Amino acid sequence: MNRFSIGNKFELGKKNMTIVIIILLLCMAPFFLSDFRTNLLGKFVAFAILALGIDLIWGYTGILSLGHGVYFGLGAYCMAMYLKLEAGGGRLPDFMSWSGRETLPWFWKPFGAAPIAIFMALCLPALIALAIGYLTFKNRIRGVYFSILTQALSIIFVVLFVGQQELTGGTNGITNFKTIFNFSLADNRTKLWLYYISVALLLLAFIFCRFIINKRVGRVLIAIRDGENRARFSGYNPTTYKVFVYCISAVLAGLAGAIYVPQVGIISPAEMGIVPSIEMVIWVAIGGRGSLNGAIIGAILVNLMKSGISEKFPAVWSYFIGIAFVVVVIFMPTGLVGAFNKLKKKLFSLKVGKAGQLAQSNVPVE
Amino acid sequence: MKKKWLALGLSISIALSALLGGCGSSSTSGSGDSSSAQQAAGDTIKVGILHSLSGTMAISEVSVKDAEMMAIEEINASGGVLGKKIEPVIEDGASDWPKFAEKAKKLLQNDKVATVFGCWTSASRKAVLPVFEENNGLLWYPVQYEGMESSPNIFYSGAAPNQQIVPAVEWLLQNKGKKFFLLGSDYVFPRTANKIIKAQLAAQGGELIAEEYTPLGHTDYSTIVNKIKAAKPDVVFNTLNGDSNVAFFKELKASGITAKDLTTCSVSVAEEEIRGIGADNMVGHLVSWNYYQTTDTPENKTFVEKYKAKYGADRVTDDPIEAAYINVYLWAEAVKKAGSTEVAKVKEAAKGLEFKAPEGTVKIEGENQHIWKPVRIGEVQPDGLIKEIWSTAESVKPDPYLKSYDWAKGLSN
Amino acid sequence: MSTYLLQIFNGISVSSILMLAALGLAITFGLMKIINMAHGELIMIGAYVTYMIQNVFIQYMDKSVFDLYYIAALPCAFVVAALVGYLLEITIIKRLYGRPLDSLLATWGVSLILQQMARSIFGAPNVDVRSPVWLDGGLVLGDVQLPYKRLFIIGLVILSIAGVYIFLYRTAYGRRIRAVMQNRPMAQSIGINTRKVDSVTFSIGAGLAGIAGCALTLLGSIGPTLGTNYIVDTFMVVVLGGVGRIVGTVAGAGAIGVGNTTFEFFTNASLGKVLVFLMVIIFLQWKPQGFFTINSRALDE
Repeated sequence: MNRFSIGNKFELGKKNMTIVIIILLLCMAPFFLSDFRTNLLGKFVAFAILALGIDLIWGYTGILSLGHGVYFGLGAYCMAMYLKLEAGGGRLPDFMSWSGRETLPWFWKPFGAAPIAIFMALCLPALIALAIGYLTFKNRIRGVYFSILTQALSIIFVVLFVGQQELTGGTNGITNFKTIFNFSLADNRTKLWLYYISVALLLLAFIFCRFIINKRVGRVLIAIRDGENRARFSGYNPTTYKVFVYCISAVLAGLAGAIYVPQVGIISPAEMGIVPSIEMVIWVAIGGRGSLNGAIIGAILVNLMKSGISEKFPAVWSYFIGIAFVVVVIFMPTGLVGAFNKLKKKLFSLKVGKAGQLAQSNVPVE
Repeated sequence: MKKKWLALGLSISIALSALLGGCGSSSTSGSGDSSSAQQAAGDTIKVGILHSLSGTMAISEVSVKDAEMMAIEEINASGGVLGKKIEPVIEDGASDWPKFAEKAKKLLQNDKVATVFGCWTSASRKAVLPVFEENNGLLWYPVQYEGMESSPNIFYSGAAPNQQIVPAVEWLLQNKGKKFFLLGSDYVFPRTANKIIKAQLAAQGGELIAEEYTPLGHTDYSTIVNKIKAAKPDVVFNTLNGDSNVAFFKELKASGITAKDLTTCSVSVAEEEIRGIGADNMVGHLVSWNYYQTTDTPENKTFVEKYKAKYGADRVTDDPIEAAYINVYLWAEAVKKAGSTEVAKVKEAAKGLEFKAPEGTVKIEGENQHIWKPVRIGEVQPDGLIKEIWSTAESVKPDPYLKSYDWAKGLSN
Repeated sequence: MSTYLLQIFNGISVSSILMLAALGLAITFGLMKIINMAHGELIMIGAYVTYMIQNVFIQYMDKSVFDLYYIAALPCAFVVAALVGYLLEITIIKRLYGRPLDSLLATWGVSLILQQMARSIFGAPNVDVRSPVWLDGGLVLGDVQLPYKRLFIIGLVILSIAGVYIFLYRTAYGRRIRAVMQNRPMAQSIGINTRKVDSVTFSIGAGLAGIAGCALTLLGSIGPTLGTNYIVDTFMVVVLGGVGRIVGTVAGAGAIGVGNTTFEFFTNASLGKVLVFLMVIIFLQWKPQGFFTINSRALDE
């Protein structure tokens, strides 16, 4: 937890200090961790990218999407299709042949080329988010209704993907990859590369989100969160902004999925379902909604916790996770980062007095 | 206010302890039911146990884990292998396939286990398969499955299609009728199994009436039963997954259809599942497996006794439980024969290995690492056990790709 | 012909099950605006209570009265689930009023805990509840057989809905509940103990889930993850019907139930599910508030 104490000393650079330290820690991690742990951490970094997107839409704009697994899954499937075709080396993917299919379906063909696959991994989520977002936000479906609607969306996608075994691999999903860009996925150097690429992508995603937040767009988003009608009456069209931010967050989810697949080696429809989607939101809730650092910290910390506890207590780990969720949501509505800021504020105001408090109000509450 | 700080402190300490735990180099089994965990690390051989202990698949997999733990304890009690005790490292796959892959990696790379016993669903096996092949690990898989697979790093002790589905269909065609209704959950095993069955029906004069799939976790079978009624099949071949069977058989009974009116044959319903379905809902219906709790061998008698003594008189044994149990013994025998736990040596030693299992003498087929097993068709009794009504004269050779059947030519490319 | 008749009955039956499962939600979500993701686990609790009552009857009662266990189980399931609901309310839910989305996340944590508890107490495998003999068989009309179990559930639903309706709209306490839910400060100022009303209302919602669990033992599996199969469907029912109206829940359940069975009959189960959810999404685009809306002039409802 030293990053926060350091953050105190350099008051001016404080805003960037946290992320710099996070990235530094992530960069150094491979020197201290085993290959397995590094690989695992790479997966969590991918989740952190996704969490940034959820934070944008939920923390800053106040829209709770419980269907982000779909966008994550679409990104992951696009990448997986490329990896599978490369692994097949021109032959039909194994699940197609045992499902009785003789030829490659037309929509699989372009995915043989990596650039197209990566492009689709970002584009497909954006397009679907655009369609869904435009319709629902234009019709002013808000709050809980939107959340439940996105749940229905995620069920639809899961059932569709499970049902089309010969096209999507069914419940098994797509697995058994061999190479990425002709580098062996079993090779630890490739894995290390993938890890650093994820960290770099995380940094880029962070800068991008920070950019949006600091622009006027960001303030309009917060205005929409805090009073949609007031924003509307001030002459902004909330629909446009909401659709925009929903698409951005879908793209980030797709990106996260695309970098997740080569590191984990499998994507299955279950990852698009409601349970993972809710978990994604919980990461942000625990880290601290409305704070980009919070989203990253939440995603990495919660997943570390999940892996760690489930290894220590394989039979009863759900208890710990469940209790942690309940406690954080009830007692720390602004998450760990929010709680730390409060703590800091308290200590700081004891030392410096009231003048210090004004400089601290960068984290919005709910 | 105070509460908030308390809560904060609590969650941070949880997180920290998890971090430490997560990054620690080794973690042994946390649950109290392993007596061997206290052994010093040097005198033990670590093996992984990887099943879903939470999530939807926990229904079936927890019992399988119990059987494996029992076998490990028995082997330890009789001196272990190579003079060392076996130390199980338990991991929860949580019914989530990527989680299975993660935990398999952890077991092989971090814990450096000698072998892993685990998985239930085909999906979880497919998810860990590349992990085992990359790391040259060894997985012992205990459940009947759809075939079309033979990884050099997996031993399959459940039935291949030719040891369960194919003989069952043949028997049904001869004894029950030609018109088949195929009902299954929407996932890989039923779809592949039905593909095989359709080819077999076409070759052996059967008739396919309809083929229906329901999503996993489907809870209402009134419409399906109605479709069955309208279709009037001779046989419903049932490949539904565990949970859905309950709703299906309760619905059949509520609609007034008993085993006398309609023959059903299930391949995913064993004694354990019948407990959840309720024996009175399933009396007289047929199942096809390689082992039943009632199987009459001396080995089975002691096996059932020991299992009940350990886990409670109300528990039952069934085919996957037995297969998981013999997996541990087969591995231990192979290790003894090889004099080493090295994967390549164990695999070599396992070829042709014979073992007196509760289901009868089984033999590992070296060519595809499946097991020679007898096939048994059984009928559910009012007490929830299964009575064998037909069995093959001797063990059937495993043939995961159905190469020895002419009609299956197009299936395995 | 009989196939189609039976299919219509199946539609009604599936609707009635959804109705029963969603009735508790109609109260906790519809009236109190709490998104209780642990609703499914309350249903599960009801099912396990039925299992326990059955075992008590097997152990301690004479064989001749065994079939009456189900009658005893219904109120017990209600009481136990309501009690669990009450405990939830006074420990967790009360801190979440006015934060619907937070209530969703916190109660999801609760559902994880309850599932694991069920696994610890009853074991991971499914358990068997033997349905009473008087519910075996069915009503035979021509060549159509309507299972008594399903008829019983339809009756139970009608009773439950009537009970809830009478309680909410015809009793003094129901009036108080509605007063609190509609205008909390006003209700407080005329002397209603709103904390108590909150607890009681939530408990009733939870208790209804318990009854649903008891009914579901007749049809499906009883295991720790029983509730997860129903949670999304029931939320869809409430949202489709219109939040805050009992009649909306009835209509929503009817539409989804009949839609589901009809699509399933003409296509297959997977596609049926997809089509129904797709229709719901499309319908909500057109009428975001569902079938029945409460007219309100408030802008931020």
